[in-house]
Amino acid sequence: MLSKCALEKEIARISFTMDELRLFLDTHPCEKEALSAYSVMRKKREKLLESYESLYGPMEAYRAGGSEKWNWIAQPWPWEREV
Amino acid sequence: MWSYEKRLQYPVKIKRPDARAAKIIISQFGGPDGELAASQRYLSQRYAMPWRDVAGILTDIGTEELSHMEMICAIVHQLTKDLTVDQIKAQGFEPYFVDHTLGLWPQAASGTPFSATVFQSKGDAITDLHEDMAAEQKARTTYDNIIRLVDDPDILDPIRFLRQREIVHFQRFGETLENVKRDMGSRNFYGYNPAFDKKFRK
Repeated sequence: MLSKCALEKEIARISFTMDELRLFLDTHPCEKEALSAYSVMRKKREKLLESYESLYGPMEAYRAGGSEKWNWIAQPWPWEREV
Repeated sequence: MWSYEKRLQYPVKIKRPDARAAKIIISQFGGPDGELAASQRYLSQRYAMPWRDVAGILTDIGTEELSHMEMICAIVHQLTKDLTVDQIKAQGFEPYFVDHTLGLWPQAASGTPFSATVFQSKGDAITDLHEDMAAEQKARTTYDNIIRLVDDPDILDPIRFLRQREIVHFQRFGETLENVKRDMGSRNFYGYNPAFDKKFRK
């Protein structure tokens, strides 16, 4: 099990890889290697988000919820300096 | 971090080009009470907000304003898309056309370019939330005026939706202001700035 910090780093890493691949695919829409890399990353990202969110709350508003209390506004915002 | 969803918050399907309507409605893109100003106001203000829930409502309304800016742009785009040069001349669209052809550019109906001077980010929760409530009412009035000037039901439908959202946002900001006042307690909340004078915070 990854720590919170390690999970965040891994989500940032995979998401940035997808950001970079997305731009490349926008101008090279038939590149097989990039297409399959995007698909691998998408699955990895989905799994990582699920484990992150089950422990630390939602990362994206459409995925927020809570049975007793709305969990979207409880966790720190990303610009806060965490100590 | 933002990610884009390839959809409008509410559909825009306009059949008839109308440069006169476009010239008016573009004010809600780049005008003084437009959606671009609204989004940048809230998304700029949230960093200095000392309360997480207030930063949350500013993030969520600011994000929704970005989607409203997209709807306004979709309306202006659909209103101008198939205009002929004759229609551009007949409907008084030449001054915009000469600089931007049929591209979208943030300006007021008067032609004044978008400016950050139309909004504030004051770094004071009380001041900023009052600004936000006023901003929602100003945008609502602008939509009221658009409704007075336009009669195509294809335009009015999304414009009425956007007008409703101004009222909902005003309501949410009003509740937020009340929450902030309650959190600041019985002390005179005009006496200090909760985002800066931290020693006075509960």
